[in-house]
Amino acid sequence: MIRKVRSHQTQNEPLLFERSSPGKKGYQLPPLDVPSVAPAEALGVANVRREIEGFPEVSEVEIIRHFTRLSTWNYAIDLGLYPLGSCTMKYNPRLNEFVARIEGLAQAHPYQPEELAQGAMRVQVQLEQYLRETTGMDEVTLQPAAGAHGEQTGILLIRAYLEAQGDARRKVLIPDSAHGTNPATAAIAGYEVEEIKSNDQGMIDLEALERAVDDSVAALMVTNPNTVGIFEKDIAKVAEILHERGAQLYMDGANMNALVGIARPGDFGVDVMHLNLHKTFSTPHGGGGPGAGPVAVKKHLAPHLPVPRIEESNGTLRYCYDRELSIGRVRAYFGNFGVLVRALAYILAHGGDGLRNATIDAVLNANYIRKGIGDRYELPYTAPSMHECVFSDDRQARSGVRTGDIAKRLIDYGFHPYTVSFPLIVRGALMIEPTETESKQELDLFIDALRSIADEVESDPELVRSAPHTTRTKRVDETRAARRPVLHWKAPVEEKQAAD
Amino acid sequence: MYPNEFRYTREHEWVSIDGDTATVGITDHAQDQLGDVVFVELPQLGVRTQSMQSFGTVESVKAVSDVYSPLTGQVTEVNETLVDAPEKLNESPHGDGWLIKLQIEDRTEIETLMTAEAYQAYIDAEKES
Repeated sequence: MIRKVRSHQTQNEPLLFERSSPGKKGYQLPPLDVPSVAPAEALGVANVRREIEGFPEVSEVEIIRHFTRLSTWNYAIDLGLYPLGSCTMKYNPRLNEFVARIEGLAQAHPYQPEELAQGAMRVQVQLEQYLRETTGMDEVTLQPAAGAHGEQTGILLIRAYLEAQGDARRKVLIPDSAHGTNPATAAIAGYEVEEIKSNDQGMIDLEALERAVDDSVAALMVTNPNTVGIFEKDIAKVAEILHERGAQLYMDGANMNALVGIARPGDFGVDVMHLNLHKTFSTPHGGGGPGAGPVAVKKHLAPHLPVPRIEESNGTLRYCYDRELSIGRVRAYFGNFGVLVRALAYILAHGGDGLRNATIDAVLNANYIRKGIGDRYELPYTAPSMHECVFSDDRQARSGVRTGDIAKRLIDYGFHPYTVSFPLIVRGALMIEPTETESKQELDLFIDALRSIADEVESDPELVRSAPHTTRTKRVDETRAARRPVLHWKAPVEEKQAAD
Repeated sequence: MYPNEFRYTREHEWVSIDGDTATVGITDHAQDQLGDVVFVELPQLGVRTQSMQSFGTVESVKAVSDVYSPLTGQVTEVNETLVDAPEKLNESPHGDGWLIKLQIEDRTEIETLMTAEAYQAYIDAEKES
């Protein structure tokens, strides 16, 4: 039974082009009080824009309604559970927004003299300190604008460090369960990528790793917990294998929501890592964020961090550019400052115990879902789940229903789909991450929806295969859209001919 | 299902040998796992591929995957028709959906590849795991 409100997805909306009728205007100008001039005569024909064919002509109220209605189409964390695995779509507390709007922070300017920016600089210093404490690392840069940017910064730091030792090395190792951004990062930083297969428990195969690590390996990039939602329990051993051969351990912090307040990457051998403030520390996510991907390093990498670094003497903060071994700036100014403010507000509002509780609840919620649907969906890796659980569509595939179909049907039940077909090491993956902010009631609704869909797969597979049924737009042909994309509107031909 | 005259890789490519020329494509199992293919990136003519190194990518609605060369050799021909009709990879993976042709350099590499029977057993085992 469908029990969620879905009013936000039922009324369709034509394009403004289709609403247009000739002569309508959304504005009114006062009468001219100077002589009228023909633009082409005054500026020359070449400088005047031609009439745009089919440009929509609509009234003010039509424009307002069009965009207001469109604005209600969004699915957002403020409407309900957003179970996109690996993305950590957690609720953004309103307190963060309040703090980010405090005048001295909201109106701060990057060119403000240092003596007038001490408060804004203190925000950065304090956030760096808390992130060091959370990760167990020695120094932090707040500059990178998002996760992949953090990865790139991290790998460039490793490269600079190894170069300073005399050899940048050639390869970066990446497990087959990794986020796609990891190999892209390594390649952009000039490294060859070598894949490490996972073992039958979904973890790094230590023997395969040992075979692969030699003097040509610069680093291993690992996500922990990994993308199957499993903690790499041999991570300290992994670090040891790498360090013995002078290679570095990079940790993708995408899944830090499972670790904050419980375990610290700095304590299990990580040399450099990034954090996604827009995941773990509740800053806005999606719709362009913007994100923030601070990078935390151990001491030996610190001399290479981007400039400026903030230094303090006699209680006064100043930006220091004098770092000979720095890789240089990775972003203009000081990172996405508004996002940093929100993350600090979140950390201070929670305190150490609160952050730890959030982690425990995130893991509890994921395991509640795992237990709630575990008898209906195939669980390929049975090691304990952390903050997310990954199922396979194996059972449903026997009735010809795949993970993408189940996700579409979930829309009919009023939920945003889970992450589909990732990680690639799971056939037909359903990757579910509820985060800590969901109530038992919301989780139960979600579990009921997935159980009900599993029933439908058995009783009426076509219903699921042809979903969604309750949306404005029914199933779209994704393949055709990707193969032959139509990127702009064209006037319908037959109408034009009729008018001629 | 899998032609006996082809040889196969663990990464799900096939190769067909005709004199010194090898034709390379992805297997029916590979296209089935990928789903609808929407874009194919192929190498330039004259590029030298290395055995089991990536020579191009196949993008489907689900994922982007590397394609590995079963053999070392110079690329003598690429299947240009896939640029406008990537669906051929789904419709005829062992025929019209071929990817590249190579000038074979080292025939001993052929012996390292799987026969049709071995490949069938390999994917059966993969399905069960």
